[in-house]
Amino acid sequence: MADLTVDHTDTLLFFAFSGRLDAAGIADVWEKAGNGLRQGNGPALAIDLSEVDYFDTAGAAFIAHLDKMALGRNWDKTKITGLDSASTALVERIRKAGPEPSPDTTAPTGRARSFVEKKGRSVADFLYDAHTFIAFLGEIFWAFLSSLAHPGKIRWGETLRVAEQAGANALPIVALISFIVGLVMAFQSAIPMKMFGAEIYVANLVGIAMVRELGPLMTAIVLAGRSASAFAAEIGTMKINEELDALTIMGLEPVRFLILPRVIASTLMTPLLTVFAILVGILGGAVVILSLGHPFVAYYNQVVGFVSWGDFTGGIIKCFVFGILIAATGCIRGYQTSQGPSAVGEAATRAVVSSIVLIAVFDGIFSILYYMLGV
Amino acid sequence: MKETIIKVEHLYAGYHGEAIMEDLSFDIRKGEIFVILGGSGCGKSTVLKHMIGLLPPVSGRVLIHGQDMITARGKKRNQLLQQIGVAFQNGALFGSMTVLENIMLPLKEYTRLPFDAIQTIARAKLKLVDLTGQGDLLPDALSGGMKKRAAIARAMALDPAIVFLDEPSAGLDPLTSAEMDFLIMDLADTLGITFVIVTHELESILTIADNTIMLEKDTKSIIARGAPEDLKADASNAYVYQFFNRNPERDKKP
Repeated sequence: MADLTVDHTDTLLFFAFSGRLDAAGIADVWEKAGNGLRQGNGPALAIDLSEVDYFDTAGAAFIAHLDKMALGRNWDKTKITGLDSASTALVERIRKAGPEPSPDTTAPTGRARSFVEKKGRSVADFLYDAHTFIAFLGEIFWAFLSSLAHPGKIRWGETLRVAEQAGANALPIVALISFIVGLVMAFQSAIPMKMFGAEIYVANLVGIAMVRELGPLMTAIVLAGRSASAFAAEIGTMKINEELDALTIMGLEPVRFLILPRVIASTLMTPLLTVFAILVGILGGAVVILSLGHPFVAYYNQVVGFVSWGDFTGGIIKCFVFGILIAATGCIRGYQTSQGPSAVGEAATRAVVSSIVLIAVFDGIFSILYYMLGV
Repeated sequence: MKETIIKVEHLYAGYHGEAIMEDLSFDIRKGEIFVILGGSGCGKSTVLKHMIGLLPPVSGRVLIHGQDMITARGKKRNQLLQQIGVAFQNGALFGSMTVLENIMLPLKEYTRLPFDAIQTIARAKLKLVDLTGQGDLLPDALSGGMKKRAAIARAMALDPAIVFLDEPSAGLDPLTSAEMDFLIMDLADTLGITFVIVTHELESILTIADNTIMLEKDTKSIIARGAPEDLKADASNAYVYQFFNRNPERDKKP
């Protein structure tokens, strides 16, 4: 705790401090001292610190600040009394510690940017990012294709490990999400459809939606959250530890050594998980239909009679593309990790966001494509 | 005088076309311990990255055995890469593999040796750096000094002619740091390896270096070159004198 008494004479503004002048103490008197200085009319400031029983660097900075303010109003030199020699030396040292660096006016960061400039910059950044992303994607795709010519060079052990981690271990969460999606969709649509006595057609709805859209999409989004972030974090950490550089120096290109196994594993596991998701989703729908008193075989016949192999293949083909996108995005974002403690987290976030955006975009592209092809 | 093994010609070092070091030219001879030194942040590590072909220089070239690593492609690049080993500052050991597997990795990728032969060679490398019992540990279980030694063992896995070390004794206590110095000198003597070392540890430089160049940030150039004892005695350049005599007071120059 600190306290301040302000006193005026014709020739002097007088500040008497008491108590503890440390960081906490200054907080009590900062406003009052500033106001006192602004309202006072000088032409000199005198500070008495004889009642102060604790004084540290924060206090010294405060006193130096008051002195600077007084000088800024063209007052005479501030008189400071009541300090021991060590504290006086401290105040002097802070006062003398060179002028503060003037902001560099030539640097582009030195001035406020206009709205147009900011938008322009963010568009330019976005285009640059898109450019590097597409170039990298092309590099991965090329490595993928050329590895198909030499399958012996692929690291199958690593691929299987990733397939287990990113594929098999994702089964429970994929099953849970798909089951709930199938169940909720059937339940919500059954209520209005029952009014028309058409609740058996819920089977058609759930079947076609799961096979064509929701099965692939739900699986892809779960994998984007689960695997893309994991790949980004894994590769990002390796980058920060210079492990990627070490690989390059050993002549083991990170694209072939690290990224390809992940892309292959993800491309093969996503369709498999999707098949599983479709089945579980349709089962979720069956629960609702059964509870409405229809036999399971009726539901089964309805689904099988309505959903064609074309629908199924269309859904599964999408998944190969989603699989490549998820793994490639995760790996690229990891590879782009910058330095610093928050970089890996940032890379993982960017991986999830980018891959979900890409999944949505490509899902749209596929819808249009299938519509044009009449699938 | 021995043959030149690395030749740096008019190298402009830096990122994104902006040079932080300009027009560096120097030769490194076979079998010597060559130290690149300079203050913090002067671009030593960037120069090292150019030399090992990780980063294309702004301009100029680095020739290893007369060949340019940056422009080399395919088989030729792989042959060149087998000539060099690099131990990074924090080891850069692969965290998912044991220390022994780390050393075995380049052997597995580049040779057709059977598994037990690879393992025998890798254990021998561990012995060279005094990590005999630690092969089956994960890198996380090693201390900083052990990690650096394991990284040197991995850099030497394919018996390269040149080993690059980035700050081999940074962050080590004086005794461990001295052990590292002796290890480097021992390996240079017994195996005839050329060492290129980036460091600013004064004690190490004076102990191990046969030859040095000193980089300086302000002039963006080499401000001194030669044997470290000569640089220490040389009083003609104030910065060099201050650096070697640990005396930052500019107004007390000789």
